[in-house]
Amino acid sequence: MRRFALIALPYAWLLALFLVPFGIVLKISLSDIALAIPPYTPTLDLSEGWAGFKDFLAALDFENFTFLTTDDLYWKAYLSSLQIAALATFITLIVGYPIAYGMANAPDHWRPTLMMLVILPFWTSFLIRVYSWMGILSTEGYLNQLLLWAGLISEPLVILNTPTAVYIGIVYTYLPFMILPIYSTLERMDGSLLEAAEDLGCSRLTAFWLVTVPLSKNGIVAGCFLVFIPTIGEFVIPSLLGGSRTLMIGKVLWEEFFNNRDWPVASAVAVVLLLILIIPIILFQRNEQKSREAEG
Amino acid sequence: MGQTVFEPWNDPDEKPLIQFKNVTKRFGDFTAIDNQTFDIYEKEFFALLGPSGCGKTTMMRMLAGFEAPTEGTILLGGQDIAPIPPNKRAVNMMFQSYALFPHLSVWDNIAFGLKRDRMSKDAIAARVEEMLTLTRLTQFARRKPHQISGGQRQRVALARSLAKAPKLLLLDEPMGALDAKLRQATQFELMDIQEKTGTTFVIVTHDQEEAMTVASRVAVMDEGRIVQADTPARIYENPSTTYVADFIGDVTIITGRASPAGEGYEVHYAEAAAPIYSAFDIDLAEGETCHLALRPEKVSITAERPADRRNAVQGTIIDIAYLGNLSTYHVEIEGGQMVKAQAANTRRLSRRDFTWEDTVWLSWTDTAAVLLRE
Ligand SMILES: Nc1ncnc2c1ncn2[C@@H]1O[C@H](COP(=O)(O)OP(=O)(O)O)[C@@H](O)[C@H]1O
Ligand SMILES: [Mg+2]
Repeated sequence: MRRFALIALPYAWLLALFLVPFGIVLKISLSDIALAIPPYTPTLDLSEGWAGFKDFLAALDFENFTFLTTDDLYWKAYLSSLQIAALATFITLIVGYPIAYGMANAPDHWRPTLMMLVILPFWTSFLIRVYSWMGILSTEGYLNQLLLWAGLISEPLVILNTPTAVYIGIVYTYLPFMILPIYSTLERMDGSLLEAAEDLGCSRLTAFWLVTVPLSKNGIVAGCFLVFIPTIGEFVIPSLLGGSRTLMIGKVLWEEFFNNRDWPVASAVAVVLLLILIIPIILFQRNEQKSREAEG
Repeated sequence: MGQTVFEPWNDPDEKPLIQFKNVTKRFGDFTAIDNQTFDIYEKEFFALLGPSGCGKTTMMRMLAGFEAPTEGTILLGGQDIAPIPPNKRAVNMMFQSYALFPHLSVWDNIAFGLKRDRMSKDAIAARVEEMLTLTRLTQFARRKPHQISGGQRQRVALARSLAKAPKLLLLDEPMGALDAKLRQATQFELMDIQEKTGTTFVIVTHDQEEAMTVASRVAVMDEGRIVQADTPARIYENPSTTYVADFIGDVTIITGRASPAGEGYEVHYAEAAAPIYSAFDIDLAEGETCHLALRPEKVSITAERPADRRNAVQGTIIDIAYLGNLSTYHVEIEGGQMVKAQAANTRRLSRRDFTWEDTVWLSWTDTAAVLLRE
């Protein structure tokens, strides 16, 4: 009974917070747009009993999914999201790895402080932090003022409302998700392994490539997925920093819902997005599983 | 004689492989190695023996290049090694923790050092196979370190450090994690390997029996100093201080005042007791404080006073330690002095000659006790 309760709890959680909402979205994606509240049809009316339910099922179809393939906006948005997420993940890795490495090699008494600094931004609202990047990156922003003042540029740089701003925003926002898993693998690494590598004829640099990097692989993979997965569906950063030129599926989704009020198509977009995300999520879980096994 | 006995340290023409010259190593204001000068010769099996924290690992790390001496120089083959980084030294180290690469198979662990040398693929494969055979690991070649036992891991670490055929191999407590049987087997394996490869070994251990078994010379360390470096037999039979005598094997130390008598000295250790005679070669002044080191197995235990021995004292058995083949008797003699005596258990335990509280005679020859100044 106790065992059952223990297992039932997470499943109930999953059911309530994931499967039920997903079922609702899936149902909407199979409906048709309507000028009503809610803005789609059919809606399930249980007062008509079994016949009513049959009518309801008959009214559902895959029209919206077919529609997604007819307009190239959608697949371009998916593709561009994947591209942006992949490149942003890569940049985050390039920036995050040295930071994690530095933290893991810092003196013991410094590490809690460094850890604090990495987590600190989470204590303020995400929206405010993205807004403040607008203040930094705009043509009259702090960055341009600083560069102009330093004489490094003569014309303000246009960064805001370009893909560059989106990358900056994503790297900034998701950096801790990259740093923390890498840091945790590096911190656990046995320092004598590097000495052994040197003893056997490696230079410091080759020892890093042949020992440190492979041993932090699980952290790297985990960090990349933790950045890549949420970035694909990212909406706030591209819409605040990216302007109209950045095409990302999260933005398309938002526009379908709130500008076009086409809930069925928007839901279809969301369902496809989820299907795309399932692959990296499963890969991520397998990586976690494998690294747990290797340690156990 | 010089042809059969391996004693390069007694040969003035022999060039040492390693020379420590006034080497001091400090960590902050803590002195880990204190002004040490000594030599290690080619093909030696040199054992560093001492309690935890006496500086054994530090000594090894200086040889491997992970620590630099604060003062003094270390020469390898006559060349100062201070400017040579660890990856350029013809020295390999087997780490106390083994430090096997967890992401590489046994095979790749052993090949790791060889690959750094730009050897051909075939030459690497041949050398790895050779090492696997030597350490009897052939069937585990494809496994990862976490898939083999502690003893096998230790052999992988050994094979890996041997693979590059270093001039000098450093072994830091190589058998610390092994049980007694496996440890003994490995010790003989090590000596065998050393004989086959002719490599010079420096081995760290805190197990005196291990040091005695494998080493050509044993260096007993205490607080950053080598107190005595000599063959196992001389360390045991002729310890230079009571610290060495006490560290190696079981010993009774009796402190008293010396007075020259004939070839040797009489040592007065208690008011009423007759002095103990020792014909040990040492220079002591009349009345000088000295110590007698007496090995338990050199002390006979009898019911009657033996007629032919000058050193014979009466005492009471306080304690008996049964060791299976032997028993160690703790006997209290005059002046409250405890003396350990060892006897072979030639008869069954129930028919033992002596038991607790028995009054017995202890006796030993004139040359049995070693006389020490400190
Ligand atoms: N990197 C270091 N920093 C400070 N003290 C050290 C360092 N390495 C060793 N020591 C100290 O030097 C002494 C000798 O250490 P070590 O050579 O490891 O001893 P052993 O191997 O004989 O047990 C110990 O007291 C240890 O605390
Ligand atoms: Mg040690």
